[in-house]
Amino acid sequence: MADLSHDHADAPAHHQVTGIDNRKLGMWVFLSSEFLFFGALINNYLLFKGRDFGPGALYPVELYDIPFTSISSFVLLMSSLTMVLAHSALARADQEQARTWLFATAILGLVFVSGQFFEFAEFILHGLKLNVNPAASAFYMLTGFHGVHVIIGVLMLLVLAFKSVRLGALSEAEGLNVELVGLYWHFVDIIWIVIFVLVYLIQ
Amino acid sequence: MAIDLTTDTIKRHANTVYRRPRLTTGYWAWITTADHKKIGLLYGYTAFAFFIAGGVEALLLRIQLAGPDGAFLSAAEYNGLFTTHAVTMIFLFVMPISAAFFNYLLPLMIGARDVAFPRMNAVSYWIFLFGGLFIYSSLLFATSPAPLGGNLPGGATDASMLGSIPNSGWFIYAPNSGAEYSPGTSIDYAALGLQMLGIASLISAVNFIVTILNMRAPGMRLLRMPVFVWMTLVVALLLLFSLPIIAIALFMLTFDRQFGTLFFVPEAGGDPILWQHLFWLFGHPEVYILILPAMGIVSETLPVFSKKPLFGYPAVVFAGAAIAFLGFGVWAHHMFSSGIPTVAQAAFGLSTMTIAIPTGIKIFNWLGTVWGGRVRLSTPMLFSLGFVALFVIGGLSGVTHAVVPSDWQQTDTYYIVAHFHYVLFGGAIFGLFAGIYYWFPKLTGRMYNEALGKWHFWLMFIGMNLTFGPMHWLGLQGMVRRTWVYPEEAGLGAWNMVATVGAFVIAVSVLLFMVNWSHSKRRGRPAPDDPWDARTLEWTIPSPSPEYNFAVEPVVTSLDDFWHRKYDEDEQGRAVRKEEADEIVAGIIHDNGNPDHEIHLPAPSYFPFFVGLGIMIIFYGIMYHTHPWGIPLIVAGAVVTIAAFVAWGSEPLEEIHDEEHGDHEGDPQAGEGEPAMSEEDV
Repeated sequence: MADLSHDHADAPAHHQVTGIDNRKLGMWVFLSSEFLFFGALINNYLLFKGRDFGPGALYPVELYDIPFTSISSFVLLMSSLTMVLAHSALARADQEQARTWLFATAILGLVFVSGQFFEFAEFILHGLKLNVNPAASAFYMLTGFHGVHVIIGVLMLLVLAFKSVRLGALSEAEGLNVELVGLYWHFVDIIWIVIFVLVYLIQ
Repeated sequence: MAIDLTTDTIKRHANTVYRRPRLTTGYWAWITTADHKKIGLLYGYTAFAFFIAGGVEALLLRIQLAGPDGAFLSAAEYNGLFTTHAVTMIFLFVMPISAAFFNYLLPLMIGARDVAFPRMNAVSYWIFLFGGLFIYSSLLFATSPAPLGGNLPGGATDASMLGSIPNSGWFIYAPNSGAEYSPGTSIDYAALGLQMLGIASLISAVNFIVTILNMRAPGMRLLRMPVFVWMTLVVALLLLFSLPIIAIALFMLTFDRQFGTLFFVPEAGGDPILWQHLFWLFGHPEVYILILPAMGIVSETLPVFSKKPLFGYPAVVFAGAAIAFLGFGVWAHHMFSSGIPTVAQAAFGLSTMTIAIPTGIKIFNWLGTVWGGRVRLSTPMLFSLGFVALFVIGGLSGVTHAVVPSDWQQTDTYYIVAHFHYVLFGGAIFGLFAGIYYWFPKLTGRMYNEALGKWHFWLMFIGMNLTFGPMHWLGLQGMVRRTWVYPEEAGLGAWNMVATVGAFVIAVSVLLFMVNWSHSKRRGRPAPDDPWDARTLEWTIPSPSPEYNFAVEPVVTSLDDFWHRKYDEDEQGRAVRKEEADEIVAGIIHDNGNPDHEIHLPAPSYFPFFVGLGIMIIFYGIMYHTHPWGIPLIVAGAVVTIAAFVAWGSEPLEEIHDEEHGDHEGDPQAGEGEPAMSEEDV
């Protein structure tokens, strides 16, 4: 798949030593850095979540709606499945299906983000604002940055999906893009599983 | 797949909104370039400009400290200057000039035409440049009023221009840097500017890692790579894993200051030590990010100027990797006086001492390389030897900080200042100058002036020791860091005067370097293609390096492949130059300088520049988000950035129709008439 892609740097008569396309390898390398990024955020939340902020302090954990978050987590998990389906449809050159699954993935991502907005709104209504205590700050920062990652992923998915609509089909080069966005998407998904377990479930 | 590639690319080409930039000379050629060598030079010149700025700041500090009770600067100006001096030298000089070396040399050393992502490479340069300008724009725009109820001595409340630059120390310790103790915007300029520089470094780290892993010439296995390439890989990995941590810390600080989070506000339950942990978890690997490129450079120069192979190549490589790995486990030795538990102090003291082992391995391997060699004391060799000597001094004083009770005495004194200037000035900067002189012929096609080079070295060597040597005993006598005056009774005046004189000697040496550079690059003797009888691939191409790097893709059969083509061993195992070596070299270089087919290179692009510009506008918007024009700025910046990315996505890396007409790439010498840069001379 990689050889036909015209967008990579080393097209002039160059092989790729590892056999992995430059951009795919680049995405893997970038994601390894992202693990540290979220590692620091999660660590930050775990540090503050149990601190004593005096009487009457409100902690995120008191407001969790586990069934609700479980459903939105399930939605995000399913979006990884649709992402794989999009990718495999493209590998079979089934452009119609690929497009459908790309849109489905983006929509599931949007549903997850909407759920997060709803959750934030609920929490804020209950008085858990960004600036009530460091645990709340850390909670919003962690889940907020994750949400931003999901939104960026949705944007990339929509670009690909609309390209597919406009051009009628995705080329080989775009096929690689689908794979790259897929890698990113699965990463964002995996991080959410960690967050869901460490932040929501283990109290 | 369904779509035929040619139709697709033609379609995409038709979709490109703008005409591709085609200039090969002039400002736009530099702004739009995606050539790793030009980007390398851009990095180099920009970094050097910041070096001058940081140097001037240092001189101002030294004037203030020349005698007791100095009145040249106010305390506020002094705070701003020492902070900006450090930020400049670390983030705007040593890191980017290392990136200049990586950019220029990495593809040449591994036999590639360019880096893996040429346009991302340009983006990372532009973000770096705009980030640097962003930090320096605090001179004009930032405010730094005294904290509420603050009554700082020495006019710390001065509203002068120099008093408004970031003033919290380069490590921006929170809570001191929080909204309460540092009102105004100067800290925001530092935090957001560093965030931008981090983005730039992260992009280039990913780029270099992929380049090294994926784009080596046939036969160049990992353990046949030059040590410099190895150190590039190690530095890129360090950046990759340490930058996200400082990114989070800076986000937390920015959020605390701008959006009311409470991470570093102890009164509200925030943590007063957390910043230090996060900062040094990044900050100590950062120290190796600064020094490892220089170690890579001298690992190239010492063998060449000793006419011997590098002693213990695998040991040097693995020692470098070990330093990096251990570097993540020692951060709390910066915090021995911050009240961390005793067990932690002991553990971090021990782990810090273990770093001396791989460092010692490197030192002894370098000595082993020079030992018994036919040493030529050209300027690059002088700087390399200076590096080894001064780095040993700095390294040894560094080990003394690992001893916790001793560190308690030294913390926050000039002893620390002496230590890190020996490793960063005596180490990193000497190594980098060794590299600048060593590769000057390949960059410019001309030789530098050897006499001036030697003057530069000796003046810098003497000046450096005059400046930072006395700081050891000044520190042990109790002279405190970051304090703008000392009383006469302290008896520190004489050695401070010596240090100030030394600083001006260094300044003179840098002036000599600038004269040498700008004169030699135009009028220097034309350089031979292999002036040093070197061992690595960048010397197998003509000087100055052609735009396409290698006309013939090199095939590597051993470590120091180029050397082995020139040298045989005699019965005693000594290297003997082959009789026909000159013809071999001439042949290789002739082949590499005369392509028999068109070579496709990444075409220039406008968009990396605009991505960088857009990101800077966003950051100004975040900074002033409470002002009426803050949000419009964020939106405008986002529009510029996204538009640039979309336009970028619509243009292929190479011009497709060049294959038919060859009007662009057909003349590889275009823009090569004059060596290196002309207009943007610093």
